[in-house]
Formats: sequence, structure tokens, C-alpha cells
Amino acid sequence: MSTLTPVPRTTAAADPALGGDKHYVARGRIARLVTHLCVIVGVLLSIFPFYWLVVMSTSTTAEIFGYPPKLTFGNSFVENIRNVVQSVDLMQSLLNTIIVSTACAVLVMFFDSLAAFAFAKFDFPGKRPLFILLIATMLVPGSLSLVPSFILMSTLGWVGTLQALIVPGAANAFGIFLLRQMAAGSIPDDLLDAARIDGAGFFTTYWRVGVPLLRGGLAFLGIFTFITAWNDYIWPLIILVDPERQTLQTALQNLNSVHLTDYGMVMAGALISVVPLIGVFIIGARHFISNIAAGAIKG
Amino acid sequence: MSTDTPARPDTRATSVPRAKPHRRLRATFPIYLAISPFYVLFAIFGLFPIVFSIVLSFTDWDGMGEMSFVGLAQYQYLLTDTRFWNAVGNTFIIWFLSTIPMLFLAMVIAFLLHQNIRFTGFYRVAFFLPNVTSMVAMAIVFGSVFSDTFGLINSALTALGLDTVPWLSSSWGIKITIAVMVIWRFTGYNAIIYLAGLQSIPTDLYDAAKVDGANMVQVFFRITVPMLRPIILFTVIMSTIGGLSLFTEPQVLLGDSGGAGEAGMTIVLYQYNQAFTEFDFGYGSAIAWALFLIAAIFSIINWRLVSGRSERTPRRRTAAKEARR
Repeated sequence: MSTLTPVPRTTAAADPALGGDKHYVARGRIARLVTHLCVIVGVLLSIFPFYWLVVMSTSTTAEIFGYPPKLTFGNSFVENIRNVVQSVDLMQSLLNTIIVSTACAVLVMFFDSLAAFAFAKFDFPGKRPLFILLIATMLVPGSLSLVPSFILMSTLGWVGTLQALIVPGAANAFGIFLLRQMAAGSIPDDLLDAARIDGAGFFTTYWRVGVPLLRGGLAFLGIFTFITAWNDYIWPLIILVDPERQTLQTALQNLNSVHLTDYGMVMAGALISVVPLIGVFIIGARHFISNIAAGAIKG
Repeated sequence: MSTDTPARPDTRATSVPRAKPHRRLRATFPIYLAISPFYVLFAIFGLFPIVFSIVLSFTDWDGMGEMSFVGLAQYQYLLTDTRFWNAVGNTFIIWFLSTIPMLFLAMVIAFLLHQNIRFTGFYRVAFFLPNVTSMVAMAIVFGSVFSDTFGLINSALTALGLDTVPWLSSSWGIKITIAVMVIWRFTGYNAIIYLAGLQSIPTDLYDAAKVDGANMVQVFFRITVPMLRPIILFTVIMSTIGGLSLFTEPQVLLGDSGGAGEAGMTIVLYQYNQAFTEFDFGYGSAIAWALFLIAAIFSIINWRLVSGRSERTPRRRTAAKEARR
């Protein structure tokens, strides 16, 4: 239910202009070529900033400032990387970002699936109002509580720490809602009955029946949370006051505002912050995109 | 589960019927434990800050000294603060400049990808890629592409013998640059959603239209657009929420000040500015609530658009029923 692959590709039939006879087939071929060309122009525009990022991170600053601009890769990649690693502690920031993103993903997957399993498959007093409350919390914009959240963190003594980035987001309404929808459809009641007859308690049932059947949804939620946490910017910017302890995003912004003159180096830093994320995305891309689309269609 | 009631064959969900109170508690306790993390975290890190921010917005406080209650003074100041209203105007202009081209382009791309062509899988990934990348890194890249002095765009304009545009130092240049970043980042995302919408339209509708001799334009406006309406509204709502909370793009591109003449100052950037560079926590909270109010008004408009559409259908149905009698 979570993927779009079962939807048959019936476009040719759906398009009245592309009928069966030969005249239409020929027209269809040209139309198809034009379609590909248009799409490729769009793809190039989508991809170009990444290409340009690589070009700049392999060029010297003089080459970047030059006219006419050089559109191909340069030879200064290693030097730029060396400079960026020496001028800021980018490796520590990378490590911090990996810690935060991984912790968020794992905690969200665990707590959200637990709650989703309970909401999808069990009845208990107060279930409806609790679920409505859960959905209502999704409507509250995050920027509303930036100031008081900061004050709360300073009261807790968490300003400048990584747990300030991890703990508040360890369970979220979006993931619970998403997994609940999936669990309701993909976990058969017979299995739960069988588990109950065998004397399995709630948590055993969750672990033995719920988790294996929710694997697809969990993978999506994990990647989604990882990417969101990786890219989070305004909250780390506010909370990570210690220049020694930054995430990639805030470190990169420091690099950008302090070393504005050395463009090649800044771009090398930007490249480091982008590449791992693209890797994670590419691994789960198809599954991920299908889930995003399916979520929107059902929401 | 561990209830003493016999398992009924027709139980849909494992309910906990009429057991003795303490047994019932024992059976439901693990369930409440399972759902509790979200509610506990929300109470501490969600609800409490929201309530606290109402209190803060009635105070004058820098986070260090005495907190003094000033009543509605922050809101009174807000109403006359030209910098705030400039930020509101900027936010809406950028939202307008980005959302309309973005959703139009997304629809075109979705339509093209729906033509049953090859490599759709690759195209979808390529279009989606901007949406998952770090906006800080890409704002730096766009900053250099649009640079007044050495940027790629101005170099191209020079090469074509045209005048260069001060993208990052003029009021409209700044807004267009930010809008371009938003368009670049979210067009693919919206296209993927529209594509899924197109694929979910039942093909017999098209077949029926074909039998009735409808042309392409009629098919598009009579079938495709009405069937996609809920999805279009979804994307409009998402773009509104995103557009009103625009922060990273202007902050990285132009710094905390929002660029020349504060032309790139958005509402959230202004809030950040007041709260965390001026340390005016009271005023920062008041701005947050003003933004919430603006977002709420927008949501109500969106909601009325949705309910306005769906109200009509049942009414037509009742009319049809009456006609049948």
C-alpha cells in the first residue's frame, strides 16, 4: 500500500492522441523525443548547482573569480580539502552531525513504531482523543517556540550540547501517523490473535510481529528523519553556542561568513556536507520517493 | 493479550472488555507506556514552550536580568514597527515569486513524466535530489552563481552584451535570487507529488472521455484538474507553510541583517534577529505569535477553499435525489 508500483502504467491508453494506428505511432515517437528533451533540460537545471559545486571545489579562488568563468573541473581539489580541514574542525562537525542524525533516526523509528503499533492494533480508553491530540500537534509551527525552547534548554543546562538536538525530536507525530496508517493495513489481526493465544505480551507482539511487518515504513521513516536532522539549521544555529561543538550546517555557515575570500575552500566544505547525504538518499531513493508521493496522495 | 476473556473469533482489535479494574489496568498499561514517549516529549518540549512564549510576549526580557511585564506593549510596538512589516511584505513577495512558477513547472514536469517514457526512475531521482540536499551548502553555491561581480549569471549576461543585474544588492534582485532557490529546491518535490496524483486517476475516466469524443484540452480541464484538486491544494498548503517559515536561504545568502535595505529580511529571520542577536526575547515571542496568526489566517483561507469544493458535491447529490423523486 505504501508504494506506487502497483499502479499500472496506462498512459498510452490514457492519452487520446496516442492511438493505435501507424500515423499516431510516428507522431508519438516525435512527441516522445520532445518530451525527453524537455525533461532533460529540467534535469540539467536540477543537477547543475551540484556540478557547479564540484567545479568550484576543485578550482582556486582566482579561477572562480576569473572572467570568462571556467566551466570545467580544476586541479585544486586536494588543496581546498586540506585548507578546509585545517581552518575549521570540519571532521568533528561531520562526526557530530552523524551522531545527531543517527540518534534521531533510531529513536524516532523505535518510539514512533511502538506508538503506531498501539494505535493501529489495540483498543484502549482515550484512544480517539489521544490520537486527535497527536494530529493537532502537527499543526503547531516550530518557529513559534524557538525562544522559549532556548530558555528551557538553558534551564536544563543543555545549551551547546548535542542532546538538545536529539531529545526533543526523539518521537514525532508525523512518524506515528504515517506508521499507524501502514500498520493498520499491513498487520493482519489473525497474527495478533495467534500471538495472544501463545501468551505473548504487548512488547513481545510488537517486536515479533509489528516490527518485521513494518520494515518498509520504518526504513522510509529512518531515512527521512536522518535527512531532516542532517539538514536542520535554525535550531542548531541557536543552540550550539560553542564554536568547538558544531554541526556541519552551522560550521559551514561559520566558514562561509569568516573565510569569504577563499571560495574554493568554502566550496570544498560545502561538498563535504552534501556528499554523504546524497549517498544516503541514492541508496533508498526509489522507495523514498514513492513514500513521499504516497503520503501526499493519502494526506 | 493477558485478559481472562476468551478470544472471540470476530475480534478486530485486541480490546480489553469488562475485566476487573486492576486487570484491565495491567492489560492496558503496556499500551499507554508505548504511546507515552511522544506525549511526554510534547508536553516538555512542545506544549510548555508554547505556553511560555505567550507569557514571554507580554514581557520585556533579555534572558539575563529582571523580567518585567509590559502588557501589550510588544504587540503595540509590532504594529508600528516598519522593519517587521517590511519583513512581512518580503515574505509574501518571495512566496508569490516562488510558489506560482514552482507549482506550474512541477505540473509540467509531472505531465511530461506521465507520458510513459523511459528512464522515469532516473528522472524522478534527479528531480528530487535538490529537495534532500543541505540548503546551507546550496545557498552558498547560489550566492556565487548570482554574485554581482563574478557570478555565472552576470558573466553570461556580459557575454551576451547585456547589462549585469545587481542580484545580491538590489531589492528585487535579492527577492528573485531567494525565490529561484526555493523554486530549485521544491519543484521536483511537487512534481513527484503531482505525478503520483496523475497516476492515481482511474484510466476508465479517460476511456469514457475518449468514447465521448473529448479533446486533449477538455480532458485536461474536465478530468485531470478536478481529480488533482485535493493534491494541488495539498501542495499549495505545504508551499504556504514553507514560504512563511523561510529562513535558511536569506540567512546564509545575506547574513542576519537580510541584505541591502533588509530586502531579504523574512519574518522568521527577523524573529531570529530580534531574539538571538538583539536578545529581545519578549519581542521575539511577539513576532512568533504574529507569524502564527498570519499562518492561521492563511490556513483558514485554504481550509475554506477545500470545504467550499467538497460542500458542493453533496448538495448536488441531494438535488439529484430530489429530482429522481
